[in-house]
Amino acid sequence: MKLTLKIWRQKNPDQKGKLVDYNLNDVNPDDSFLEMLDTLNYELIVKGENPVAFDHDCREGICGMCSLFINGRPHGPDRGIATCQLHMRRFKDGDTVYIEPFRARAFPVIKDLVVDRSAFDRIQQAGGYISVNTSGNPQDANTVPIEKTVADAAFDSATCIGCGACVAACKNASAMLFVSAKISQLALLPQGEVEAKSRVANMVKQMDEEGFGNCTNTGACEIECPKEISLENIARMNREYLKAGVKG
Amino acid sequence: MNRLDAKIPDGPLSEKWTNHKNRLNLISPANKRTLDVIVVGTGLAGGSAAATLAELGYNVKSFCFQDSPRRAHSVAAQGGINAAKNYQGDGDSVYRLFYDTIKGGDYRSREANVYRLAEVSSNIIDQCVAQGVPFAREYGGLLDNRSFGGVQVSRTFYAKGQTGQQLLLGVYAALNRQIGRGKIQMFNRHEMMDVVVIDGRARGIISRNLITGAIERHSAHAVVIASGGYGNLFYLSTYAMGSNASAAWKAHRKGAFLANPCFNQIHPTAIPVGGPNQSKLTLMSESLRNDGRIWVPKNLEDAKAIREGSKKPGDIEDGDRDYYLERQYPAFGNLVPRDVASRAAKERCDAGYGVNVTGQAVFLDFASAIYRSGKEKANVSGLKNVDDATIRKLGKEVMKQKYGNLFQMYHKIVDQNPYETPMKIYPTTHYTMGGLWVDYNLMTTVPGLFAIGEANFSDHGANRLGASALMQGLADGYFILPYTIGDYLSDDIGTGKITTASTEFEEAESEVKETIKKLIGNEGSHPVDYFHKKLGKIMWQYCGINRNKEGLERAMKKIRSVREEFWENVIVPGTAEEFNEELAKAGRLADFLELAELYAKDALFREESCGAHLRQEFQTADGEAMRNDVDFAHVAAWEYTGDPGDARLHKEKLVYENIEVKQRSYK
Repeated sequence: MKLTLKIWRQKNPDQKGKLVDYNLNDVNPDDSFLEMLDTLNYELIVKGENPVAFDHDCREGICGMCSLFINGRPHGPDRGIATCQLHMRRFKDGDTVYIEPFRARAFPVIKDLVVDRSAFDRIQQAGGYISVNTSGNPQDANTVPIEKTVADAAFDSATCIGCGACVAACKNASAMLFVSAKISQLALLPQGEVEAKSRVANMVKQMDEEGFGNCTNTGACEIECPKEISLENIARMNREYLKAGVKG
Repeated sequence: MNRLDAKIPDGPLSEKWTNHKNRLNLISPANKRTLDVIVVGTGLAGGSAAATLAELGYNVKSFCFQDSPRRAHSVAAQGGINAAKNYQGDGDSVYRLFYDTIKGGDYRSREANVYRLAEVSSNIIDQCVAQGVPFAREYGGLLDNRSFGGVQVSRTFYAKGQTGQQLLLGVYAALNRQIGRGKIQMFNRHEMMDVVVIDGRARGIISRNLITGAIERHSAHAVVIASGGYGNLFYLSTYAMGSNASAAWKAHRKGAFLANPCFNQIHPTAIPVGGPNQSKLTLMSESLRNDGRIWVPKNLEDAKAIREGSKKPGDIEDGDRDYYLERQYPAFGNLVPRDVASRAAKERCDAGYGVNVTGQAVFLDFASAIYRSGKEKANVSGLKNVDDATIRKLGKEVMKQKYGNLFQMYHKIVDQNPYETPMKIYPTTHYTMGGLWVDYNLMTTVPGLFAIGEANFSDHGANRLGASALMQGLADGYFILPYTIGDYLSDDIGTGKITTASTEFEEAESEVKETIKKLIGNEGSHPVDYFHKKLGKIMWQYCGINRNKEGLERAMKKIRSVREEFWENVIVPGTAEEFNEELAKAGRLADFLELAELYAKDALFREESCGAHLRQEFQTADGEAMRNDVDFAHVAAWEYTGDPGDARLHKEKLVYENIEVKQRSYK
């Protein structure tokens, strides 16, 4: 099938970028979206041009490294998957496909479609952990039973792959879904209770400092999240934040 | 001097590690603060080591090529992590985990290392639960287990089909805590380009900043390589696109021996190759073999009809199906170890029974598991006299709970719904048991240079059992290296900061720059992938599931010629001073093209079949691997001599004092 691609090209963070047109004449519908880009890059390199830079690694939807804003949606038109799991059979012959980087002030473009998401790391460094050292003799893992529904809920929050689609989808470039997923995971589990208050306070503070916007309950993040993380996490984070603010 | 002293402590097997720890030299907290350690890689092994070393008080510099440590490829491990907890009361013990691992590895791993691994396995689960890793639980609130290939107990802990991700996020959290404290300096998007050895000791690395292209020097008192395996030699594999062997290969070139490079695991259940542009293969977890039954049609005509699309799998009556693993291996059935399952799939497909267009696929069928679990669910829910449709509906819900994300992945890639029609699967490269040779302390043949996780050769012998990679990565990083590295560093407390202004750093840096210049300046006509695909084809054809002398000799020649062609004819666009993925890929492939030759050479020299290494000349009458314990019960450790084809062989004899060495049987 034939496709027209309109791809964001930007040499480096300091230069202005623009959309550039590329035509592909023989796209295999069973190729993945990134394999389609591989094919384009191969052609560009052979022609002596610079290939399109994009982030990717595991190509099975779990590492969170791939991004891309495809036809106005993070990770493209399908729900519940990352870009690397999107296949060309989802497009039609003759389609025009817009490919842009995830855009947010806190995610500066490095080159073309590659953005810097280290703000996410810094938020996690501010408190996204339980302060337990490696020890040869912690208590047995079965000492504290955890109700299955609670453990499952914590797991659902913990499936976040840290890709940043929630930020890219949000008109405010808010990172609340990402931050709340971690806070929820640890708030749900008894192990996380001890540090619950300082965790939410510190992580939210860091989130604000990184320049992410606020949540206005639009819900785009939940729709676009490749792991379908629920908005309930944001509600839980807000409760945790309120609790942390109450003295005593 | 015997350079292959494994330094295995004396005493009874079950006391070796405890006694060894008691005898290791300690370093006071004040002195730890003056010691620097570099860790390359942030997967389960590297991440857990960096975090633990920082907790202990060392100054750690941690490197990963991804944009965040959370993306290391441990994240993609699906099925689970083993531990000898015996929570199920099914007869598990440290000894049994040790026994299963040695046997699964076809008696080509070190007793003392494997016993230690089994011993610390329980601690790993305790540690992870304390960190908030959300393992699957039963309704009573206790941890759930499932079983994996090659064993007859249920000792695998899991978090749906995302166990690797959850364990890695635990490690990532521990790392973050130390980064936040300033004890770890994190270098994302940095690639290790070389190890710097000064006066015979590893003293630092040269790295390249993948955003700016800057070449940087980093010194330390010890360097830990935790950069994973080299399965991307095969181009198509379940590895991440960026997974590479460069750190390990550079270490090898600087004097670290590389052990058993030909021991490469071909995993039986990956989604088969689709088209010519395919860039990677996706695994379907071994845990699926708990419930899925593997089959091909009994009759060649049926197989042909399925390939041509005139019949569907559902059209084949149960009596006309060949559940070949259940038939050949009644004791273990679909849960035979990976090497056995892979060979059996290839054998059936080569005989003409393959079930997709290419003829290279077998079925993994959940229909009977859906029915069985649906029935159980109906009983538990108190439903009486339910019809088959309802039972299947309930059964699908159970499958979704257990394997939902895997089924979704399959559906997206293949465009077929595995709840309705059997999956098609085929073996692919998945894990490398070979790696840098290390002694009991996990130190390579270069003093001060350590290797952990998949990057080292230890523990899995010639075949790794499912759910043991996560166990080994975390065992090395959390519970072993932090002790043993202290012993090494204890005589370094007076050394002081290592300067990067030495001739050794100077030389290493200029060599790195020289290589980059050569790649960038080359006026070739083919991109990196052209050569990588060529290499992959050679590896799959001659060095894959089955090998033989003639093929391996041919592979060595072919690999050499691709290597020459690569250096003559590769194009690397752009400049060295910018974000340039093609340049990074070119450097990695240059190293693969050397390692591949040594891999073939090792396979050629090992004139026996064991585990994943099947030499066609050495098989039993019924096609099973035939070991030669007289001549090959050793670790083959190769020393670099300037050309991978001329590597020098050193042998570490494997001694079994606590386990009876016998023909492996899963029948």
